[in-house]
Order: sequence, then C-alpha cells, then structure tokens
Amino acid sequence: MLLIVCPYCGKRPELEFTYGGQAHLVRPARPSELDDQAWAEFLYMRANTKGVYAERWRHARGCGRFFNALRDTTTDHFLAFYRTGEPRPTLPAQLEPSDRPSSATPGERGT
Amino acid sequence: MNSPAHDSGAAPGNLRTPSGGRIDRSQRLRFQFDGRSYEGVAGDTLASALLANGVHLTGRSFKYHRPRGILAAGSEEPSALVTISRDAARVTPNLRATQVELYDGLIAESQNRWPSLQRDVGRINDWLSSFFPAGFYYKTFMWPRKAWKALYEPVIRRAAGLGRAPVHADPDRYAQRYAHCDVLVVGAGPAGIAAALAAADSGARVVLCDETAEFGGSLLSDTASTIEGLSAIAWVEQSIAALAKNNRVTLLARTTAFGYFPHNLLGLNQRLTDHVARPALDQPRERLWQVRARSVVLATGAIDRPLVFPGNDRPGILLAGAAHTYLNRYGVRVGARVVVVTSGDDAYQAALDLKAAGVDIAAIADLRTEVAGALPEAARRAGIEVLPDSTVLGTEGDLRVTAINLGRVQGGAVQSGRHIACDTVLMSGGYTPSVHLFSQSRGRLTWSPDLNAFVPGASAECERSTGACRGIYDLAQVLDDGAAAGAAAAPEPTHAQRRFKVDALKRNSSGYLGALPQSSSTGGDKSFVDWQHDVTTRDLGLATREGFQSIEHVKRHTTTGMATDQGKTSNLNAMAIVAKSLKVSIPQVGLTTFRPPYTPVTFGSFAGISRGDLFDPVRSTPTHAWAQARGAVFENVGLWKRARYFPRGGEDMHAAVARECRAVRTACGIFDASTLGKIEVVGPDAAEFMNRLYINSWSSLGVGRSRYGILLREDGFIYDDGVVARTGTDRFHVTTTTGGAPRVLALMEDYRQTEWPELKVWLTSTTEQWSVIAVQGPQARQVLETLVEGIDISAAAWPHMSVGRGRICGVPMLLFRVSFSGELGFEVNVPADFGLSVWEALYVAGLPHGITAYGTESMHVLRAEKGYIIVGQDTDGTLTPDDAGLSWAIGKNKADFVGKRSLERASMKSPDRKQLVGLRTKNPSIVLDEGAQVAAKPGQKPPMELIGHVTSSYASSVLGHSVALAVIAGGRARTGQTLYVPMPEGDLEVEVTSPVFYDPTGARING
Repeated sequence: MLLIVCPYCGKRPELEFTYGGQAHLVRPARPSELDDQAWAEFLYMRANTKGVYAERWRHARGCGRFFNALRDTTTDHFLAFYRTGEPRPTLPAQLEPSDRPSSATPGERGT
Repeated sequence: MNSPAHDSGAAPGNLRTPSGGRIDRSQRLRFQFDGRSYEGVAGDTLASALLANGVHLTGRSFKYHRPRGILAAGSEEPSALVTISRDAARVTPNLRATQVELYDGLIAESQNRWPSLQRDVGRINDWLSSFFPAGFYYKTFMWPRKAWKALYEPVIRRAAGLGRAPVHADPDRYAQRYAHCDVLVVGAGPAGIAAALAAADSGARVVLCDETAEFGGSLLSDTASTIEGLSAIAWVEQSIAALAKNNRVTLLARTTAFGYFPHNLLGLNQRLTDHVARPALDQPRERLWQVRARSVVLATGAIDRPLVFPGNDRPGILLAGAAHTYLNRYGVRVGARVVVVTSGDDAYQAALDLKAAGVDIAAIADLRTEVAGALPEAARRAGIEVLPDSTVLGTEGDLRVTAINLGRVQGGAVQSGRHIACDTVLMSGGYTPSVHLFSQSRGRLTWSPDLNAFVPGASAECERSTGACRGIYDLAQVLDDGAAAGAAAAPEPTHAQRRFKVDALKRNSSGYLGALPQSSSTGGDKSFVDWQHDVTTRDLGLATREGFQSIEHVKRHTTTGMATDQGKTSNLNAMAIVAKSLKVSIPQVGLTTFRPPYTPVTFGSFAGISRGDLFDPVRSTPTHAWAQARGAVFENVGLWKRARYFPRGGEDMHAAVARECRAVRTACGIFDASTLGKIEVVGPDAAEFMNRLYINSWSSLGVGRSRYGILLREDGFIYDDGVVARTGTDRFHVTTTTGGAPRVLALMEDYRQTEWPELKVWLTSTTEQWSVIAVQGPQARQVLETLVEGIDISAAAWPHMSVGRGRICGVPMLLFRVSFSGELGFEVNVPADFGLSVWEALYVAGLPHGITAYGTESMHVLRAEKGYIIVGQDTDGTLTPDDAGLSWAIGKNKADFVGKRSLERASMKSPDRKQLVGLRTKNPSIVLDEGAQVAAKPGQKPPMELIGHVTSSYASSVLGHSVALAVIAGGRARTGQTLYVPMPEGDLEVEVTSPVFYDPTGARING
C-alpha cells in the first residue's frame, strides 16, 4: 500500500485515495471546433510512461480534494506532490529515478 | 524392499538422543499419523517426532505417486505435506510437517495416496511416466473436446494434487492489526538478532519476527560455535532476554513475513493457537499484521540446496543441514547408517555431530577434487572415509533408501564407484540465499559466480539485507554484518560498531548447481529437481528441446517451482539445468519472479472479521423496521437493504407484485425511495455548472420546477439520470440513481475542482439527510391533501414536475410532483429522522383510499410498463441518449456539455446502433429472460447472428401480458417486425413495439 502525501492533509495510506489517471490533460475550451482525430486524442490517448509520471489522485476518504503527484512507475516511489493548477515541478537531478538507494545508503524513500 | 522401521511400526528406541536439544523429554505427547499412534515430546515438530519414531515415508508425490519423505527441517519443505484436523471444520491441508508444532492429541494425515500410504495404486504413474512428460496434459488430452469436462479433468484432478480443502465453514476467529516501527527485522537468526540488538541500542522502535516458534535460527542447532565466550544457545537466550526487557522492542515468534509491499509495508502472519492442544475459544487463531516500517532489515537466511541425481527423492534422503537440525535441535538421529554427499564443508559438521551421537557415517562423498580445510580434516581424524571426485549414479530402496551407488569423476569421465548399503543419505549443494522478500520489494538481484547464487543488489526500498540472505555464511561475519545493518537502519545511527568474538571452525561453503555428472550410459531412475511438482531433469531438457527458452515459459510448461513451496529448494537447480541445456550463462536465463506469499497464508487471516454480517456495512432506510414488521422481503441494492415486496397471507412474489401494481394503477401506493442519491448543487454559478455537465438546458428551468436530467461521460454514453429540481436561483437538488450517487458526486467534483475552478459552486451529498416517500396513484392527491401545509397541490396550481417547500405533520418538507410509475405521483422529502413518523401518518391517511405499500419489484414492473429505463440495467455504458430514445432531453441551444462532442462522431449517429425498444412475446404468458439474445432470423445454429438483447422483462398483470425492454440494432425501424429469442427449447417469437406499453399519451401522469 502506497503512502501518499495529500497537499492539504499530509501523509496518509493509499486506501484513503482514489486514482485519477494522467495529470495535466485539459478539456478543450471549445470541443466542437476539434476534428474527430483531435477529439479522440484528448478522449482516449494516454501516456504509458516507464519512469516519472504525472498523475492525479483524490483524497476521496479525506478532504475530497484532487491533487497531482509525480511517481516513478518503475519503483512506485513518489517524487513530488502538488496542487491542481500548479505546474509540474522540475525535479532536482538527484531525485531522478536512475538514482536508486543502495542498501548501504541510509535515507528514507517512498514518501 | 520396505523399510523395516516403518513396516513394524515400532519405533527403534535409539533414534532419540539421551540429552541435548531444544526439547523437553519429560513431557511426552501422543499424536496420530494416518490413524496410527505415536509418541513425541514437547518441542518436537511433527517431522522431528515422526523421524524419532523411524517414520520417513510421509506422502506420495504429486504426479508419479512416488514414496516421499521428509527432505528439510523448515518452511522450505517440499514433500512432507500433511493435513491436520482438530474437528470436522478445523481441517488444514498442505501443512509442512517440518513447521507443524506437536501438541498432545494432534491428528495428522498424509496426502495424495489411495488406498494407503504404503500401497498406493497411483504409483503406476511412475512406471507409465513416459506417457506423462512435461506438459502432457496440453498434448495428450486434446480431443474430443467434450471429454475434458466429463472425463479428463476430473480424473487428472483426483490423481494429481495436494490436500483437500475443508468442506465446512471455518469456525475460528482471525484478528488483524496495524503497526508502525523504526526498524522491522525479518528473521531471528544470528544476523537478525544482532541487527535487532544494534537497532534497539540506539533507542529505535524495533519489531523482530521469525516464522518459527523459537528465536535463534541456525544457532539453535549449532553446538560447536561460541559467541562472546558463551555457547551459541546461551548467547541467543541472553540476547532475546535483553530485547524482551526493552519496551520499544516487539518480539513476534511464529510470525511469517509473507509479503513485502510498496513503501515498506510488510504483511506478517502470526499463528497464535495452531501449536496449542486445546485453544481457548475466545482466542483468535491467527493475527495479520500490517507493519509500516521506516526501514527494514531482511535477515531471512539461506536454504540448503539439494543435489540432483538419479533416485534423489527416496524417503531417507534428506538435506544435510536438516539432519543437523534434527540432531542438535530436536535430539533425533535421522538414521543408523548414513552416506553424506556434499559439495562443501558444511555437511562435514553434520557428519561429525551425527558420528558423535553414535550414528555410523559410512562415507562422505565429496564432489570436489581438493578436499582440505579444518572440517574435512576433523572428519578424517574422526575416522570418517572421505571420497573426493564423487558423483551419485543412483539409489536403491522402495519405501526407504537402502543403498547408494556412487560414481567417480576422472578427467571429465564418469566411472562407476562404490555401492554402499545405508538407511539415510544426506545431501548438501551449498546454500541458496532467501531473497524472496528482497525481490518482492523490487530490489535487483545480482548473480554471484563465487557463491553460485543470486544475492541482493541495489535496494528499491529503505531496506538492508544482512547475513546468509546476502551470501555471508561465516558466523563471525554474519553477526558483524547484522549489527552493522541494524545500526544503520536505526533513525539515529549508533557509531559504536559492535563486533562479536566468535569461536567457530572456518568453512568453505561452495555451492553446486544443476545435475550431478552422469555417464552417458546411465539411463535409470529419474533425477528430481522439484520434489513438490515432480519435475525431473528430463522434463526440463524436453521443454528446452521443444523450444521453451524463457525461464518463465519453462516454469509454466513443466510447472517447476510452482505449488505451495514456490520452488524454494528447486528454482536455482532448474535454472542451471535450463542454462546448460540452452548453452547460455545462468544470469542470461534469470530467475522467475518472486511473489507473495512467502509461504501459504490462510484465507481467514486475510478476511479477518470481514465475513458474514461484517463482510460489508449495511445501509437501511428510515422505514426499514416498519417494512420488516410487515413481513417485507428485502433485496440488496448496493449496500442498501430495500423492501422488494410485501407479501400478505401466503402470497408468493408474483401474487404480491400483481396486487401492489393494481393498487398503484387503481388507487394509491406508497414506496420508500430514500435510497436515491441526492446532491445539493449551490452557488451563484450553479446553473452554469449544471449546464456544462448535464445534457439538459437548466437556464430555462424556473425555481419551483424540476426536470429529468441525463449525465453523460465525456465519451457520450449515459452515465446517470435522475430528477433535478431548482429550489432557488442558486440552488439545485439533484437526484441520482441509488448505486450511482458516489460516482456522480466524484465526477462533479472532478470537473468542479480541475476543469472549472473559476465557477462559484459547492457540492454536498445529502442522500442520507432526506427520507423520500413516494405516493403514487390516482388517489395520491387526496391522501396528501389532508397532511400537506403551505402548498396548493391542486391539479391547476401544481402541475407535473412542480417542486416546493412546505410542511407535513409539522415537519419541514420538500415536495416533488414526480412519477416513476406513470400515475399521478408525489415524492415527499422530509429530514431522515422524521421519515418513519411521516410515512406512518401518510399510511394511516391513505387507508380509506386503499393505500398499499409496494417494494422495488413492483416499482420495476410499473416503470417497465412505462418504458422508463434504469441506468445500468437497460443501459450498459454504450448507450447514447438517442439510443435510449431520450434525445428530446438534450438542450437544443447549448454549445457544449460533457459528452456533446462525442455525440457528433459519425458512428454515434449510425441508424444501425442498438436502440431501446419494447418486445411483446407472441405468447403473452412467456416472460423473457433478462439478458436473452435476440435474432432477426429464426432457426439459427451457433454461431448465430444476433442483433441485441433483452434488458428488462416482467409479467404485467395490469396489461395481461409480459413486457420487455431490449436494445436492438436499428431497433426503432423494426417496430412491428417479428424477431426471435433463441432459447435451449427453441426460438421464442417476439414483436418489436414502442417501449411505452402503458398510457402512451401520458394522460394519467398529468391527472
């Protein structure tokens, strides 16, 4: 079970949350102006990222708020949590997923 | 030839040593195995007690029904699986005899044999084995197809397999709890204890768990080494006593860490009563711990690796380390005359200890050419014959090994060697580190050519592996490594590095992988790789010849490494044999994925208290008790209990529903609709929000009016529906389907928070705040008039779809004039706490008008007669508003709403889409099956051309014929056509009609 940090409530277990899929998809302001291809892209096409993925979560059994997170899909480690409407944070180089802790490196991961 | 010890049944008294070990010889325990009585002592496992009685034969193998014995001493045991029963309901199959703690009166049975363990007819499979190669069931039993279900599968299932599942419900209780700690140490051998001591020294909150009954791991059977000047056992006792005194340390024995889940959550299964002769009734049997650890220390040890040679599976052939444990921990000599086969030094210690206990060590056959070092020298000094360059060509014996045929490897050629009579063979192929939990945590394994094993590489979680599970076997190094891991895992690392003074013989633990060398002429017996699933070297060779190259495919084709032991003793040998056969390196072949659980966990443990009445919460409406008192039959709708019908006298459902429907159509009915979802949409932008979300136009809806609203998903398909009332310029009372309330609110919140945060609107779930009482029928107004205050509900003043606030019985009320029955109807909304009293008042007021309580079944018949859909029953996530005949509801002048753009796609406008229609059976008394398929042409044979299916179907006593709703391709254009519903008895003829069967002009609703 993941540990998820709600930007409003703090660290909580995954069972308080519902998953919201890919983040930063914006509903077109005037869908009627899109051709079928463009509308289908918005409606159905999603990234299937191996690595850092921006995704939505909702603290459904808590404050009810949607927020965004950056998660490394290869390790399930979260790299950032941020509020809806805020830009995707730039990760410091040392947080990139290629840098995994070795068993000799202390330090908390997975928050 | 049969083992004399087993046939006589009499225990040779000299198998139990006179002293030593972790047992209490004064406490004698009686137990039964396969109906025969035996005696063990306190501290025994079932396996050690059986061995003390000379019983090696404990089961028949999975496929070939070969006699099998006890191979190991721990949870890795693949063969000695037994069923333990306390009573008819408390039956647990597939337990490893090596982990079953003995108690007085224990009843155990062997598995997979008939009629008895000694004489088993399935043994014929062994002689017929050329017909059962790897994957035989994929190849042999292909045709005829029908025989699979009737013949092949039942026969194969009976012949193959493990224990039987219990037939009664489990009467035991299972507990669950959560825990948090700084350091969770898994495994209480030398490394784990050292880690726990170091972490506890720093003040950390520590949990130390071990799957066995007693802490100490390998030290419990180590009589040779000393630590800090103490015997190994004394050091364990001193260390555990120190940890037990520390109130920040939790010690969990009999507790298996079975799963390593993301973010350092580990699942622990603690067995509380399985070792107790007569457990207290109020005590839970097991406890599931979910431990969230800041950091984890894995000290899970290593498993003895068996050797792969012909006939290596006979009872009496054990892992050398297991024999060592049985001797030193349980005081049991595993045999009288022993041959040891080994690739390293560790088995020498077992041989030396057994010899000291009076066991005849006939020879140590060493696979190595150079056999030197402290332990081999000690063996030679003790007069044990050591045979270098050895291999094993075969064994003899039926129910127990009676002899071994050794071979000699010289210059790459194998020559036959000594034939030695014996009653026990001990084998040792080195160690396989237990990396299961590490691998589950997504840590990366790396191949160590020096150790011939996979060891933990980079961690994925905040985790450290220590000791034998990372390939460190020397006791002094293990203790230092454990202490370092424990100190580093603590939140405040201690700088004082613990070092332990250890006195132990140096040993060379070289491992061996794959099959032992054989001469090409050796045809002979099977060489087993996987004891539990009867996989041999030949099976693996055949699989690679048949083209299976991935180890994952080989695993599934041959079933190696499957079943309850998940290949703890077999995986590495299997992988090495496959690598050799494919002529690639071992890391190229790789390991199959480790998955939880490490050892089997009972379903009860996972279920905990969530069973029976506590499986799910129950939601009941304010009138629940009233309905119950009147004998209502309830149905589950989501978590809700809803009254389905109210039988009177001896009425069945059909009669009760017919009476209830007649009452609604001719007089008046009363129905509890409180389960409808309700969402209050409030704010200056409430109308704009509703316009963007629902297909309808809301700007034109005046205060005090309501409208049937439809909500689509963005893909254009119907998601939910319900009446929406405008109760103020800035306020809507939105109702949803009973099951849809949470997902509608979630969808609304999603758009409100993430797409349109600029809108000033707030959403509140009010489902349980309101009790909703539907009063429906031509007499409904007369019933209400006497009780309603503040609203003129006359036909002229208050037309259909009016909404207003008033009072009823002195209680504030939101009144709707709406109908889901097709009759004149009202829905009385009152605060839930007043629901029952208002219901009772309405019922009494209605009695002179023939008021009748009706349930959900009648509600369904009434709405189907009117062609009103139920979202989720008549729609299935692929119906557009037009498909459902509801395009009239779409706001004509709206530029956009959720789903609108998708409705413009060409395929969404095709006239061939499935459309909602009515179906009338030619025979009016036939009620179609809901879900039945519909065909345009009669008399088809499979595969048929089908054009739709029945979604709702009921007998209508009011109409005198059955009514059905269906979705049919191009359905509306087929009105009047005859279609066919193919059933096993033949086609049923139906006519396509309008979905509105009753009062098509709607005159009654406006009455």
